[in-house]
Amino acid sequence: MTRTITDVVCPFCGTLCDDLIVTVSEDGKKLLDVENACAIGAEKFLHTQASDRVTRPRKIQEDGSSVEVSYDEAIEYTAQLLVNAKKPLMYGWSSTSCEAQSVGSEIAEQVGAIIDNTAAVCHGTTLVAVQNVGIPSCTLGEVKNRADRIIFWGCNPAHAHPRHMSRYSIFPRGYFTGKGHKNRKLIVVDPRTTDTSSLADVHLQVEQGADYELLQALRAAVRGQELTGDIIAGVPKEKVYEAADLLKSGRFGVIFFGMGVTQSLGKDHNIDAAIMLTKDLNEYTKFSIIAMRGHYNVTGSGQVLGWQFGFPYSVDLSRGFARYNPGETGSIELLKRKEADAIVVLGSDPGAHFPVRCVREIANLPSVCIDPHITPTSEICKLHVPVAFVGIEVGGNCYRMDNVPIDSRKVIEPPEGMMTDEEFLRAVNTRVSELKAA
Amino acid sequence: MSANSINLISGRTIQQGVAMEGGKEKDKYHKACGIIEMDNEDFKKLDIMKNTNVSVTSSYGSVVVKAIETTQGPHPGVAFIPMGPWANSVVSDETYSTGMPTFKGTPVFIKAAPDERVLKMIELMRYNCWGEKQ
Repeated sequence: MTRTITDVVCPFCGTLCDDLIVTVSEDGKKLLDVENACAIGAEKFLHTQASDRVTRPRKIQEDGSSVEVSYDEAIEYTAQLLVNAKKPLMYGWSSTSCEAQSVGSEIAEQVGAIIDNTAAVCHGTTLVAVQNVGIPSCTLGEVKNRADRIIFWGCNPAHAHPRHMSRYSIFPRGYFTGKGHKNRKLIVVDPRTTDTSSLADVHLQVEQGADYELLQALRAAVRGQELTGDIIAGVPKEKVYEAADLLKSGRFGVIFFGMGVTQSLGKDHNIDAAIMLTKDLNEYTKFSIIAMRGHYNVTGSGQVLGWQFGFPYSVDLSRGFARYNPGETGSIELLKRKEADAIVVLGSDPGAHFPVRCVREIANLPSVCIDPHITPTSEICKLHVPVAFVGIEVGGNCYRMDNVPIDSRKVIEPPEGMMTDEEFLRAVNTRVSELKAA
Repeated sequence: MSANSINLISGRTIQQGVAMEGGKEKDKYHKACGIIEMDNEDFKKLDIMKNTNVSVTSSYGSVVVKAIETTQGPHPGVAFIPMGPWANSVVSDETYSTGMPTFKGTPVFIKAAPDERVLKMIELMRYNCWGEKQ
């Protein structure tokens, strides 16, 4: 006999799809099938059943082999590492629940850590731009029901957010968008021809790294100003005018933007310009802008840090109060300066996604990696603590890319004796309190 | 940029995403990420054969990956390595005081390396961090 669970939330990307159907065994211990998920989401659910899954903490030896240790030893090691460090870095937090993030913030405050999330290498520059110029935004429900003009700028949802277009932005029929994709016009801005741009009405193949120039040209074209030069940032002038007219002729438009703008030269200034383009378009029609957040709860991590400390990422608590200056307190610069003397990673994989110079620094520090998977980070850290999958084996609150909180659900039991990340952090927090009091 | 240099960007592919969630220690991951995608024209310009291993070098590091014809293109003058430890062996760590590395837009030099192999994830991590080659 099997049980079918409906309306399951997918813990992969910031789209946070909440219509998955999961089939589990009667005793709730085995996950048998997943419906409605994209290829990546389905793989994540099914990977919980891998026969070679690590189920107990392990210390990584110098030769690369590992020795199993108990959770109690792992808690003691992590607490000692944090208490003994002068400036520990607590990084990640984007693939876990807000509840676990809150406990992490408490530990960071106790030990005077730098606490940072994956926005550091993702949408950090977006957060800086929002602080610079504000953000006119909306929810994905409004996009589905109202939007008839969509821009994907520097993002490729066909690969990175596979169900975004079918659930919200291009294909669905909403209240005022009854004809679905037939009523929507799509502009894609990308230096590559991608699977997303193949669906576009207009593809602006911008010269890589010249997004700022194109954004400002588009702003000028929207205002009806004359553009000089035939080619602007790799795009023929006529195409820029065509895009501007298309945007102004809609009833409600949304700009979705991704790593193509946040990680290219210009960084936060690119986003400043994209937000100002949104503001300009509101002179003619209704327009909003939404960041295509990657991890399923990176947005939640920004929320938790925001309400705890007033800043959404790269928060330095080492002086006993919260400081924030991403170019100085961000993980990348911190590691490059060799300033952190210990690192705890949870719900992220800097080993795979930081530049090699920073990865090398992590490998030489006292380190703990708390992650259900074997990852490049777990292989270079001194201790790997496997935990239950949030959103599959334990529930918890998560924030979608449009800042809507959604409670993820538990659908199966974790392997016997395995801790959740919240339980592990609570135990570390208690031990840190004891060590601090001693 | 000189004759054998090209502008490198990295980013998500669905193959990289699926392989990542299926286990980064598995072969599928290094096959999805240990590649560099280029246009036909750029293969000719750089004098590189398709489906051969190449060494990619920047001011920030060096890595061996398999060169393949672009799966999403054309994108003349731009090379693409899916996000992961192979791409991050060579991308720019320069943040220009923003805290954000320049993952997109690193000039790299590419040369044929038919005798070298693409390291698997764990091998690559150990090699990059401690210089151990197995």
